[in-house]
Amino acid sequence: MSELGLRLAISLTQIGAIMGIVIVTVLLLTLAERKVLGWMQDRMGPMEVGPYGILQPFADAIKLFFKEDIIPAGANKLLFTMAPIICLIPAFIGFAVIPWGPNWTFEIGGITVKPFVISDINIGILYILAFASLGAYGIIIGGWASNSKYSLLGGLRSAAQIISYELNVGLSIIGVIILAGSLSLVTITDAQQGWFWHWYLFALPAPQIFAFGVYVISAVAETNRVPFDLPEAESELVAGFFTEYSGLRFAFFFLAEYANMVLVSCVAAALFLGGWNAPYPGTILELVGLPSLAWIENTMWFAVKTYSFLFLFFWLRATLPRLRYDQLMKFGWKVLLPIALANIVVTSIAVFVTQ
Amino acid sequence: MAYVFFGYFAGMITLTSILVVVLRNPVYSTLSLLVMFFHVAGLYITLHAEFLAAVQIIVYAGAIVVLYLFVVMLLNVNRDDRYHSQSRIAVFVSVPLSIEFLVLLSGGMGAARRDPAAMAVDAQTSDNTLTIGQALYSTYLFPFEVASLILLAAMVGAILLAKPHIGKNEDKDIPQAPGAQ
Repeated sequence: MSELGLRLAISLTQIGAIMGIVIVTVLLLTLAERKVLGWMQDRMGPMEVGPYGILQPFADAIKLFFKEDIIPAGANKLLFTMAPIICLIPAFIGFAVIPWGPNWTFEIGGITVKPFVISDINIGILYILAFASLGAYGIIIGGWASNSKYSLLGGLRSAAQIISYELNVGLSIIGVIILAGSLSLVTITDAQQGWFWHWYLFALPAPQIFAFGVYVISAVAETNRVPFDLPEAESELVAGFFTEYSGLRFAFFFLAEYANMVLVSCVAAALFLGGWNAPYPGTILELVGLPSLAWIENTMWFAVKTYSFLFLFFWLRATLPRLRYDQLMKFGWKVLLPIALANIVVTSIAVFVTQ
Repeated sequence: MAYVFFGYFAGMITLTSILVVVLRNPVYSTLSLLVMFFHVAGLYITLHAEFLAAVQIIVYAGAIVVLYLFVVMLLNVNRDDRYHSQSRIAVFVSVPLSIEFLVLLSGGMGAARRDPAAMAVDAQTSDNTLTIGQALYSTYLFPFEVASLILLAAMVGAILLAKPHIGKNEDKDIPQAPGAQ
């Protein structure tokens, strides 16, 4: 029983650490988004709270925390309360299988611990897909329970959009799975060691460039970000599914959206961009003579890849106008889906021929 | 430990399955169906069938129940008169079902017991996904292909039912006015 207790303690420590990292990242992102958007539009962004506005996220968090929590009179109380939580849990649970650093193991009291991944299960990527698809429920239920036309329409739009683009996300990943021969994110990342042309984005025999394109577009659509933010199109639907939400419940939806962004960025980094591997073989710290500190370099590379992907989200938001709903559906089903399917066929043939 | 998990999952599956039928609000019914599928996936995990569990959640919870919810919310069926005409059918269905339940309860003891330890194919170490893939594409290749053909036929049928005028309006993006044809 003490072994179970130890295992539980280690897992809880890891979960706590990763939750902390994700929440800090989300806080950073809310500020970074406004700053980046500001600079791109030749503004300053938030400047009032703290030097250069760096304390803005804390001000926002405190404001949301102390706002009055309103449940509309006609709303379904139970589901209205549950919806933000249903939205938030799947967004956070996916981080359990993301490898943040090198695949090291060490023993504590007779059990093997992998310090940089909470759980290396052999269906890693399917696990993420499974829980990502559950995030839609929070949005639909929130939209329905609010008992408001705008919320309901926003929720239904979101459901249709997430189902359509989830398919493209799944299909664009299959090429990488064929190349790696595994569903575990740890194994997939390990297989991309060496120079940066070993990353699956460039790797022979079948570079996954098209799949990466499909993944990026679908990931943006799945997280309901501009230019695919139809569920919350403010010119048509006020604020979409969270029109009736305020205070902490609104903050939960907000947190879920940003956590989802971080999650899809981590998946993109792990699958296509080599994860924690540096673009050169090994690490510099190892060459210098500090192999025990090499993990710092590796996790930094993971962070760089994830953050550049997150920057792409802001860049798209500052650049592109919102799609019309029929354009969104047509684009998903008639453009992205055939590309993803063709990529699977080409990758399979290439792998078969070179084997 | 395994029995605790099995008891929890089995109990929740039974409870939520009953709730699906009993609850009056169709949205609640759909949501308890969702919880049921989730616990079925949990049951698969206790059997070390992780791949099946993930597929269960992706396909049923992630796609099919979303569509149910979609339909239920749009139709807004909140009337009680759906239930009134069903009681006679319910009696007819419940009699054979309860007999079967009794048979299961009594006959389960006499049935040939299969030793689970003898059947397990070293589930802890073997790659679940690999095993399923190899079985599907070698032993069960023909049924697998037939199943996909049936799905394709259903898809074509659905498209044909939903769009009887295929080819007439398709090249125009803007739907025609009702009197235009």
